[in-house]
Order: sequence, then C-alpha cells, then structure tokens
Amino acid sequence: MIGTTPATYAPEAVRKRLQGKRFDAKGFAFSACLLAALLITVTLLAVLLYDVINGGWSVLTSRPIEFLTGSLSSAAADAGIGQGLRGTFFIAVFVILVAFPIGIGAAIYLEEYAPSTRLTRLIDVNIRNLAGVPSVVYGLLGFAIFVKALGSFTGPDANGRTVISAGLTLAILVLPIVIITSAEAIRAVPDSLREAGFGVGATRWEVIRSHVLPYAGPGILTGTVLALARALGEAAPLILVGATTGFLSGGDSYNLASLQGRFTAMPMVIYNWTGRPQPGFETATAAAIVVLLAVVLVANATAILLRNRYEKRR
Amino acid sequence: MAPRPGESGVLSVESLKGAPGRFRKESAIRRVFFAAAATSILISALIVLSLAGEAWTFVTQVDYSSLWTDGWFPRRGMYDVKTIFVGSILVTIVAMFVAGPLGMGAAVYLSEYAKPRLRRTLKPILEILAGIPSVVLGFFALTWISPEIVQRLNPESSLFNLMAAGIGVGILTTPLVASIAEDAMRSVPQALREASYGMGARKVTTSTKVVIPAAVSGLVAAFIIGISRAIGETMVVAIAAGATGGSLFNLNVFEPGQTMTAAMASMAAGTDAVKGAGLTFQSLFFVGLLLFLITLLLNVSAGRFVRRVRQRY
Amino acid sequence: MPPEARTKRPTAGSGIPASRANVARPVARRGGDPASSSPVFRLDDLSVYYGSFKAVRNVSMSIPQQQITAFIGPSGCGKTTLLRCLNRMNDLVDIARVEGKVLYHGVDLYDEQVNPVEVRRRIGMVFQKPNPFPKSIYDNITFGPKVAGVKGNLEEIVERSLRRAALWDEVKDRLKDSAMGLSGGQQQRLCIARALAVDPEVILMDEPCSALDPIATGRIEDLMEEIKTDYTIVIVTHNMQQAARVSDMCAFFTAEINEHSDTRTGILVEFDRTETMFSNPQDERTENYVTGRFG
Ligand SMILES: Nc1ncnc2c1ncn2[C@@H]1O[C@H](COP(=O)(O)OP(=O)(O)OP(=O)(O)O)[C@@H](O)[C@H]1O
Ligand SMILES: [Mg+2]
Repeated sequence: MIGTTPATYAPEAVRKRLQGKRFDAKGFAFSACLLAALLITVTLLAVLLYDVINGGWSVLTSRPIEFLTGSLSSAAADAGIGQGLRGTFFIAVFVILVAFPIGIGAAIYLEEYAPSTRLTRLIDVNIRNLAGVPSVVYGLLGFAIFVKALGSFTGPDANGRTVISAGLTLAILVLPIVIITSAEAIRAVPDSLREAGFGVGATRWEVIRSHVLPYAGPGILTGTVLALARALGEAAPLILVGATTGFLSGGDSYNLASLQGRFTAMPMVIYNWTGRPQPGFETATAAAIVVLLAVVLVANATAILLRNRYEKRR
Repeated sequence: MAPRPGESGVLSVESLKGAPGRFRKESAIRRVFFAAAATSILISALIVLSLAGEAWTFVTQVDYSSLWTDGWFPRRGMYDVKTIFVGSILVTIVAMFVAGPLGMGAAVYLSEYAKPRLRRTLKPILEILAGIPSVVLGFFALTWISPEIVQRLNPESSLFNLMAAGIGVGILTTPLVASIAEDAMRSVPQALREASYGMGARKVTTSTKVVIPAAVSGLVAAFIIGISRAIGETMVVAIAAGATGGSLFNLNVFEPGQTMTAAMASMAAGTDAVKGAGLTFQSLFFVGLLLFLITLLLNVSAGRFVRRVRQRY
Repeated sequence: MPPEARTKRPTAGSGIPASRANVARPVARRGGDPASSSPVFRLDDLSVYYGSFKAVRNVSMSIPQQQITAFIGPSGCGKTTLLRCLNRMNDLVDIARVEGKVLYHGVDLYDEQVNPVEVRRRIGMVFQKPNPFPKSIYDNITFGPKVAGVKGNLEEIVERSLRRAALWDEVKDRLKDSAMGLSGGQQQRLCIARALAVDPEVILMDEPCSALDPIATGRIEDLMEEIKTDYTIVIVTHNMQQAARVSDMCAFFTAEINEHSDTRTGILVEFDRTETMFSNPQDERTENYVTGRFG
C-alpha cells in the first residue's frame, strides 16, 4: 500500500486522507438491500395484521359475545367459534399434560444423565430430525395410531376422531421442540453451579431439582410456551385425525363426556370457513383469525420477552 | 453427624455406601428420565411403522400404469405422483425465491449491520412472524397475495394458484431461514471481523468477503431447512392453490395445482373416512412416506452443514 | 525466593465445635513427621486418564491428617486432576478414568460399593472461582446439610459455619439476601462456609484465591490457618509464597513430554515438609521451580 502513504504530513493533508471517501456507494447499496429485505418481511406482517383486523372488525364489534360463544353454522351471520375455542382449549391441556413433562424429562436425561454413548447420540440426532418432520406426517401418525388402532379408547362412538386423538397427536408433534428448547436452557446452566452442588455431597437429582431447574426455568418456560403456541396454530394434523369440518350440533359437543365425541378447533374453523363461498364468511374467517392470532401471538410475545429479559439479566 | 473416621479409628466401605433409600430414589428418577428420552425413539418407530405398512400395500397392489396418468385424482384411481411432486417443487421454488433473499438479507442485516437497539426490536418481530399459524397465511395468500400481487403481475391467473401459495409459504419460511442464518453468522468469531477491519477493510467487504464465506455452511443449512419446511407446508397450499379434489399435471404457477401435502389434506378432509376407489386410503400413506423421506434427507444433510460450522469454530 | 516458610505451631483447639470437643487430639501428631501420623489419604501408584490421554501417572503419596498439604507445579501438570480424584469429582467427567488406588483411611475410594455422593459429603471442595448458588446466603449454607438429611437446628449450623469462615459479622444481618450480592472474597468465604456446613473431614481447595485480591487472599489464608486444627486441607496453588506461608506439606508436580505423542503427563517430583521443599529440595527441578528459575 505504498501509494497511499501520504507524501506530506501537514495536518490538513492528513486530515483529508483520514476522512477517506465521503460516500461509500457500494456499501450503502448493500446495506440498503439488506435493510429492505428486513423491512419487506416486517411490512408483510403489518399488512397481514391490518388485513385480518380490518376484515374481522365488523364481526368482532357488532356481535362479540355471540361470535365467541356461538356454534358452527352454515349461515355466516349466526356462525360462532365457541366450539373451536373449546377444542383448542382441550388441545392445550393435552399438550401441557403430555408433551411438557415428557419433553422436559427427556431434556433433563439428555443433558444431565446421559453418558456419551452411541444410544445417546442416536436419541439426540433422532430428536433433531423429528423436529423437522412436516406436521401433516404427524397427522398421519395420529390417524394411524390414535384414530385407527386406538379408536375404541379415544372415541368409540366417533371412530376415534376426537379431541383426545388430536390432543395426543399435537403433543407428539411439539415434543421434539419442547425437548430441544429445554435442553438448550439446561445446557446454559454453568457447570460451576453443578460442581458446587456435588461438592457438598448432593446427588444428581438433588442438584438438578435445587439448582439446575430453577436456573434453567425461564428458558424452559419460554420453549414450552413457544411449543404450545405452535400446537394451537396447527391445522394439518387436525384434518388428518378428522376434526369436523361441517358443523356440530350443540348437544354433541357441549357436554364434557364428549371429549370422546366429535370436535373441532380454531385452525380447523378457519380452514373450513376460508373455503366457503357463501357471503359473509370472509369477514367471519378474518374475525376468527384475529382471535386465534391474539391467543398465539400473545403467547409467543410473552415467551420471547420473558427470554430476552432473563438473557439480559445474566 | 457421622463420626469422623480418623478419630474413631475405623472406616469401612459400608460407611461410604450412603443411605440406601436416597440412592434407590436416585436411580428410579434416572430411569424415569431415560424413559422420557427413549419416547422419541418410540415416536420415530411409530411414524415409520404407521406409514410403511399401508404404503407397502399401495406399492404392491397399485396398477403401475395408474402412477403415470394425466393427473392426481386418487378417488378415481389416478395416482400420478409426478403431478403432486412437481406441484411441491414449484411451490418450493417460488417460496425459496421469497424466503432466500428475504431471510438471508434479514439475517446479514441483523447480525452485521443492525445496532444493538434496532436488533432488539426487529429480532422479536421476526420471531413473532415465525409464530403465525399457517392457516392464517393461507387465508392471507388467498385473500390478499393472490388478488393484490399475483393477479396484478399476471391478470390471466386464476384466483387459486400455485404462485400465491408459494409466496405465502415463502413468507412463512422467511423467519426460519433468517434465524438459522443469523445464528451461523453470529457464530463467526469476532476476531475474524476485527482482523478484516484491522487491515482497513470496509464493512461491506468484511461482510461479503470474510463473514459470509466463513459462515457459508450454516447459510447453506438455513437454505436447506427452508426448503424442507416449504415442502412440508400444508395449509397455505391447501387453501390458496385450489385443486381440492385432484389436479391435472400442470407446470404453470398461475394455475391451480396440488402438492403432496395438500393432496394428503384434501384426501382426509371432507366427511368421515377417506373414501374413493380401492387404494385411495393407502395412497395417502404412500405420499406421506415419500414426504417423510424427502424432508428427512434434507434435514440430515442440513445437519451435516451445521456441524461443519460448529467444528470449525 | 527466600525460603520463608514458617514453622507450624500447633494452636490450641479454641474453635472446636461442641460435637468434637471431647475427642482427644493427639497433639504430638500435628506438625510432626508425616510418616508417623496415620494418613488421611494414601495414593498408591495412581494414574489418571482422560480417554486415552494419560494426564497424571504413577503418583504415590500419603496426605497427613489435620495439616495443610499444598500441590504446586506448572500449569497443566495435573494438580486439579489429582485433587478431583480425592473426592471423586472426576466421576462427573465422562471420559475420566483412574488406575491405581486412592485409600481414604484405608478404604479404597474407587471400590464398587463406595458411593461418590457419600465421599463428597466427607471430603468437601472449594473451587477456583467462587461459585455460590444464586440463592440466599442462608440457603447456600443449608443446602448441604439438608440433602445430607440433617434434622437438627439449621440456624445453628448456619451461624457456626459462617463464624468459622470468618464471615458471620459481615453477613449476619442479611442472611436472606442473595449470595450473588457479596464481594468476590466474601463469596469465596461463603463457599468455604458452605463446605464446612456438612461437617466434612477434608477440604480440597483448587486455587481458592486466584480470583481474589491480596487482602481477600490474606483473609482466606488466615482462615485456613484457623480451621486446620479441625480439618485436613489439600490446596492447589500457583502462588509459591502462599504455599510457603500456609502449608505444612508440599508436593511438587511437573509435566514430562511423552516421547511418541505431543502430549504431557504429570508426575510427582517431590513431596516433603514445606520447609524442606523450599530450603533444601532434593530434586533439581523442584529447586528451579521454587526459586523461579523454571522454564
Ligand atoms: N475434562 C478434561 N478432559 C480432557 N482433558 C482434560 C480435562 N481436564 C484436564 N485435562 C487435561 O489434563 C491435563 C492436566 O490438567 P489439570 O487441569 O489437572 O492441570 P493443572 O495442573 O490443574 O493446571 P492449572 O495449573 O493450569 O490449573 C491437561 O493436559 C489438561 O488438558
Ligand atoms: Mg488447575
């Protein structure tokens, strides 16, 4: 770089050289493209939100209670999402009761107990790959296992096409996500903390319970909430396990014994209404989407904020 | 407290065994957690088993001429797999034209250019976008992307078309691509950037000539995982691409079409059981197995690339 | 460095906990010839491996009771590795493996029947970096006794342990506050108090002062001096003056380069009374190291 060596060290000349080129066109163009990519993505999100809120606003303001509690109907003006919310609620219960304990338990085993053997590595790789299996394939699994094979248990009168089948299917669907995110949170616990526990004569479980889990708690919570949100938004597996796409008579679904009866859930309601040609369903769909988004995005946002908060504190 | 061995003069192996109850509990807990971890193996086995049986029936019983017809109409015994396979490919190509540049661009910006404060606001927005359910994007693709973008680009195109579905899938895939790519970029050691700046390189040079090449395996992995996700996406296509009952072979993205995933959904949707000619039910599992194998292959190869980045740093 | 090792004088057992006050203390044993007192540990041809890498080989030595034994030697010679064998902390490293014997009062610590958890209750450990639990001071101390199933008065244990660790006066009014709010030196003393709370016989310390300033270091050294009447202490240190100041016995390790591979294996060079080690070492390598001519 001999050419750039200043011929003179007069302050003015040096200052000029240090200023360099005023405008770096290539750099500017590059960063502008990158920023554009980001802004387009964010704008699309904004347009989407505007589109559905704008579309569903009239329904949500004109008949909010009827809409939130009403039953499915072939007339858009009467249609409500009560049955969908109920199904989604029970799916959440199944995910929380099945996927969370098994997922967190598996994560604890992999991070705290597992010796580094072939089997452990196999389980690890396997979980990673399970997380990438398309949801519709899980639907097929649920169909084959819970609807066909175990139908007499999940719903003898409904051919197994019940919220039990759906809940178990979605619990299995999000299990790998729960495991991976929990394992990450547990891995972030410093080893010095474990050593401190072992150093005073605690067993593995005592160290985990008293020190590892409390420390990893916020991270695990974030992961599980994200997984729950994912489960609540899935529609494809529900189609496969046979959520009702038509409409449910009130008596069929509103008594609790009908956990073993026909069911529907929010994403299915939306899918079903999207395809309806009758006028008025587009606004009803938009309104249903606003409700689903409110549930899912609030859960997501809470989880993400919670995580960022704790990350900063450490 | 236990007596001190040195003082009482005796210490035996017995006294270092500990309370049996406490350690029995310990090993019971360990077994419970192992069972939880082993569940994942069980699930994989169940997936393969539940798919393989019926798929095998399909493969052995199907009339091979029905695998090469004018279209995919399973209820009429026309199982032209290439129709839905090509449909999947078309949607994926469109999706990656959207998610590739947007996701990578966003990742590079967030990792290399964004000031910490901007990053703290933009990153969560991306993550929230990742949480949008796919039915919602399906609705958006049908009611907004198709009329406002696709039909403006090409007034000839029908309302239901593969293009709109592909764009919708692309939007859905963008945050995933962005987040994996950003992880890869951020795992490039800061020292490498400093070395480049230390030689007087500009930011754009540092990003394109130093950081991106160093992270390239991770970026490839992000792209592959994006593809895998796009191929497996169901609802956007089921809603926005039309062709519910079946589809003719079609290479025009402005026409309705069907993908493997949407074909599965549309076979199962509707009334009670999967109905139709003889092997409709089995064909569902055959397509499912195919899809499973394709995504598995993609994910495994992406895992290879990710590991390559990890090993290097 | 001038050999300034102080001669240890047996101090009166002033602070002996009540539980042990009636135990006759064989005064003559302390500060005397290690060979004559019954050792706490006897290492018998001990080698430690990480996978196929031999980190330490063929160490044989006896660690005497109620004295401070220092491990010194250049970085990477396996001091930490050896120390962690003494309470089976190395079990936590998947690939670690020992050959030879570690006898603790004659019992082989690596016997099939021996439970490492029980071992660690009797042989406590203080780590290089202070690692208090992110909980209250009180909870830090009581965790060990609780998991050991102590039913007695926890308050009393907390006070006694903190007093022994010379921390009581500084924290007695804020036992419920987080331990993370303490200074580094206070945290390390808390870790010592935490180790004392389970009433171990031996305390292993791995460079306990390396993260501390000279004043905090001085306090910890005083503390060790103070508690050695009741505990056997093994300390790893890089600080030659510290070894000379506080220890009764001193072991010098070094690493020898293996001929065929580019690895280093730690060996015990010399083990003797500290005064001897610093004033009249038998081995040239020891002399070079303690006088700062090493490397
Ligand atoms: N967990 C481990 N896995 C593999 N090798 C290890 C592990 N811990 C230590 N080693 C190796 O064993 C050898 C001895 O390490 P050790 O930490 O015992 O040395 P040290 O004398 O304590 O060093 P320092 O004075 O730097 O603390 C080193 O070569 C180290 O690389
Ligand atoms: Mg060390």
